[in-house]
Amino acid sequence: MNNSQINKLKNLIFKLFAIFCTSVGLIVLVVLLYVVMSKGLARIDFDFLTNLPSRSAERAGIYTALAGMVWILVLTVLIAFPIGVGAGIYLQEYGKRNMFTNFIEINISNLAGVPSIIYGILGLELFGRFLGFGNSILTGSLTLSLLVLPLIIVSTREAIKAVPGSLREASYGLGATKWQTISRVVLPSAFGGIMTGLILAVSRAVGETAPLIVIGALVYVPFIPEGPMDEFTVLPIQIFNWVTRPQAGFVTNAAAAIVILLAFTFMMNGIAVIIRNRFNKRTKF
Amino acid sequence: MYKLEARNVNLYYGEKHALKNIGIGIEPNTVTAFIGPSGCGKSTFLRCFNRMNDLIDNVKITGDILIDGRNVYKSKIDVDEHRKKIGMVFQKPNPFPKSIYENVIYGLRINGVKDKAILDERVERSLKQAALWDEVKDDLKKSALSLSGGQQQRLCIARAMAVEPSVILMDEPASALDPISTSKIEELIYELKSKYTIVIVTHNMQQAARISDKTAFFYLGELIEYTETPKMFTNPDKEQTQNYITGRFG
Repeated sequence: MNNSQINKLKNLIFKLFAIFCTSVGLIVLVVLLYVVMSKGLARIDFDFLTNLPSRSAERAGIYTALAGMVWILVLTVLIAFPIGVGAGIYLQEYGKRNMFTNFIEINISNLAGVPSIIYGILGLELFGRFLGFGNSILTGSLTLSLLVLPLIIVSTREAIKAVPGSLREASYGLGATKWQTISRVVLPSAFGGIMTGLILAVSRAVGETAPLIVIGALVYVPFIPEGPMDEFTVLPIQIFNWVTRPQAGFVTNAAAAIVILLAFTFMMNGIAVIIRNRFNKRTKF
Repeated sequence: MYKLEARNVNLYYGEKHALKNIGIGIEPNTVTAFIGPSGCGKSTFLRCFNRMNDLIDNVKITGDILIDGRNVYKSKIDVDEHRKKIGMVFQKPNPFPKSIYENVIYGLRINGVKDKAILDERVERSLKQAALWDEVKDDLKKSALSLSGGQQQRLCIARAMAVEPSVILMDEPASALDPISTSKIEELIYELKSKYTIVIVTHNMQQAARISDKTAFFYLGELIEYTETPKMFTNPDKEQTQNYITGRFG
């Protein structure tokens, strides 16, 4: 074999290796989807979505878990979005570069890596006990808000950073104040990126189980929550509860609930992609 | 009295001494060209007049910049208000990702003007001044980003004029444009002279010679020569100027 053939062979080997690596991830996903779908898909019907939990697997549904999830998500977004975007704007636009802001930045990145159960313990102590919110939806939302805040802050900053400096200059050059520039030029251009971050944060919050278990979300909630101070359950906890039951019917239920949860997460990610593409097109230069 | 004046201006980017003891006086209703090799400080100096350098961290300025005899760095002026009196056009066309109409009236909107009649009138007048009206009058609602580069730059000029400044600063306004768009911008500058005091930074020597009344040559942060444009290009006092405009360096 001459040199050129060896190089071609190396090229081929690396290509195959790269394909193999890509396949590993895809295969795992396909297997996962196949297993839960084959078990759970047949179980999903309208009753499954609207039935209350029950001791018999055939009559049990995920209605309360879905309602709890919607409550939790809406409140989490309402709490985390303004705070996260506000903090992102401050750090990117107002904060002077100094030791203090560097310190904050490093810590925000660190927060994103803190295991979620730690947030649960913090939420339990701070919101549940100290502030006396108990194991309510409010406690859950506040805890999840803390969890997704770093995500929202970082994506807001990235989106703001991507707005061309020339647009800011144009605005300042016309005599706009800082806030006018931010609200009329920077935020509209960064909107797509901020929304993408928000949606990804929501789909992260949807799947979180550990912190909610720690704060005391119930596994069996036979009623629909009617206010933020009510007790609640969410899909992952319901799934967790069902897979620990010995009866086979509940495992099928768990698979069905996983399909619903996956569908929801995929949908959120899909929306994020669509929004990103739409807004990227609009602000291309 | 000079419209724009600089006295002993020094500017530092951190440790770097970017402008060295610059003094210049610019008459009203004239076009002044700043020329010089890249990095000589001409754009930086231009940005002193509307305090755009404030936006950059670590910049220190000493000396006096006066507009209509008022010191814009020393007296307690409101920077945002000050910038409204001075229009600026940048090197790369930078329209906002909004409609043509909204681009032109951006400066009015931030001043809180809401009267539709005033806004409509100002859009038409500014676009006519910028020689863009005939090309865009039927699609004012279209995105400004759908315009060509040359049209975008004229839109930016219209946007700067809509707030009725008395000075327009132009930082290489035609460097990103094709020759036809460039000549349109040059004609425009010539016409605008009767109403505005214009300062233009350019790398194009022929452009400076064509449109300006006076020319200032900068080199390594210093103002080497400042004189009438015809004299500058035919019989400059300094050898450095002669070398630069004949293309021997820079």
